[in-house]
Amino acid sequence: MAEARFGARTRPARWDVVHAVRCYGHIVRMWIRAALAYPASFWMTMAGNLAASGMDFVVIVVMFLHTRALGGWSLPQVAFLYGTSGLTLGLADVFVGSMDQLGVRVREGSVDTVLVRPVPALAQLAGDRFALRRIGRVLQSGAVLTWSLLRLDLSWTPLKVLVFASLVLCGTVIFGSVFVGGSACHFFMADAAEVQNSFTYGGATMLQYPPTVYARDIVRGTVFGVPLAFVNWLPALYLLGRDDPLGLPSWFRFASPVAALLCATGAGLLWRTGVRSYRSTGS
Amino acid sequence: MDEVLIEVEGVTKSFVVRRRAGRLRRTREVVNAVAGLDFTVRRGEMVGYIGPNGAGKSTTVKMLTGILLPSTGRLRVAGADPVRDRVRLAQRMGVVFGQRTTLWWDLPLRDSYELARRIYRIPEATYAGNLDRCVELLELGPLLDVPVRQLSLGQRMRGDIAAALLHEPEVLYLDEPTIGLDVVSKRRVREFLARINAEQGTTVLLTTHDLTDIEQLCSRVMVIDHGRVVYDGGLDGLHRQGRSERTLVVELERELPPIELPGTRLVRCEGTRQWLAFPASASAAPLVAELAGRYELRDLSVREPEIEDVIARMYGEAEQVDAAVAQVG
Repeated sequence: MAEARFGARTRPARWDVVHAVRCYGHIVRMWIRAALAYPASFWMTMAGNLAASGMDFVVIVVMFLHTRALGGWSLPQVAFLYGTSGLTLGLADVFVGSMDQLGVRVREGSVDTVLVRPVPALAQLAGDRFALRRIGRVLQSGAVLTWSLLRLDLSWTPLKVLVFASLVLCGTVIFGSVFVGGSACHFFMADAAEVQNSFTYGGATMLQYPPTVYARDIVRGTVFGVPLAFVNWLPALYLLGRDDPLGLPSWFRFASPVAALLCATGAGLLWRTGVRSYRSTGS
Repeated sequence: MDEVLIEVEGVTKSFVVRRRAGRLRRTREVVNAVAGLDFTVRRGEMVGYIGPNGAGKSTTVKMLTGILLPSTGRLRVAGADPVRDRVRLAQRMGVVFGQRTTLWWDLPLRDSYELARRIYRIPEATYAGNLDRCVELLELGPLLDVPVRQLSLGQRMRGDIAAALLHEPEVLYLDEPTIGLDVVSKRRVREFLARINAEQGTTVLLTTHDLTDIEQLCSRVMVIDHGRVVYDGGLDGLHRQGRSERTLVVELERELPPIELPGTRLVRCEGTRQWLAFPASASAAPLVAELAGRYELRDLSVREPEIEDVIARMYGEAEQVDAAVAQVG
């Protein structure tokens, strides 16, 4: 009986996940090829994206022309924050960032065509309107990060390398989860795009500056609320050897993987609830 | 081939609509899109599903495809619950939404099919065979390398139908497949669907506004109104129940007073021409013989009933029933 299969259905088989990831890849490739159907537009938006995200860093450099330190952090240290925040947001943006367009699809009712295909909706919609131009932020942040690492001379240890690698990975997962979780809200709300943007793009801009320039309550919110502090602030405290403005236990600096796992789980649950509510309310 | 494929038992679907009433207040209103559906479809059947706008046709298709969860009732497709087994069942069904293309706008038609091959994991040989067949029957050959945005509506619809059939679905749902198409495209689509149904035994459920679709394709028709099935059976039965009439158009040698013929009713009289209506279920032959015996005729023809009128009459009846129920309740 179908009823007896319920438990089996809730957890997809491993090959289903592999197929889902593959289909995501196929859909992404289709979008890149579709974008290349208009090459001039493709390269211009790419250049525009590079320039726009570069402006943020120019602002920081200009600030340092007038002062020696920002909240007690030097320019290379701030550049490290800028680079890691931009890189992780950029990667998440490349992979799942176009999901903030989901609201349009919900309103048009075109989510229907996704739901009748034998691939989980998340895999199909994450690749929807994939835009390679978003890689501009990754390249530009990567350049700034490389410069800061060369200037900082961190005296690398194996543990530091591990923390750095986990920073990039977990940061990407945390931002990606905020994107997915935010997109899920489109199923309930008429226009959730701005709320979502304030956490992703707004959050990343916040993380470009040292935590010491913000009020303590805001920093506390990024630790215990939307856990953006785990993206780069907390691991950076360890990597750069700085004191915690909140005076949290030192293990918090290594807790980013836990935060990333919690975020991903939360986003997954929110997404499932979203798809389910779409199915019971309709378009 | 007598196996039941689709089972619908007491299915209802209601939506809560929130409307703004004043600055802060919002009114809640429950809309019953489907108010208790019961029907079954056997494997290999081709069923026409018709009804006025807002009758619940699309809602039914969305529930059968697992997009929408029924509020109450039981719904099974190939023994599975469409919502719970949506992803798995998707492998066994094809869906065409008439007003919503699944093709890739900026890419050649062929690329959309390649993606379908990967998404549905169609074996290479099966894919090649099915694509060839669709290309031949739907005349898609010259279109395969054209970006979809350059196709006409009729070409795109043919492209969409092919895309829904490459993985050999057991059941095909078509929501308004001929809407907005020219006469030639409509004919091609109908011929194709008839062949797929006859040769591969694909079960087809199609909703339509164009009743010629039903006349040419479906031996069974379901009429839905106000979320209920008000008729389920053959097209001839629909005529009978809708008390539809055929018309004898009589062209006389010279002008005569209105003809009085038992079993007919004079509808119009214009010079040498007269229009006589008779029940669609009755045979025309004795009437024709009688007329030919009594009058000198120049010409005579029989006009089939306009099915729109038949259904309009049925809807009228359904509304009366509803009104009666409302009064009793």
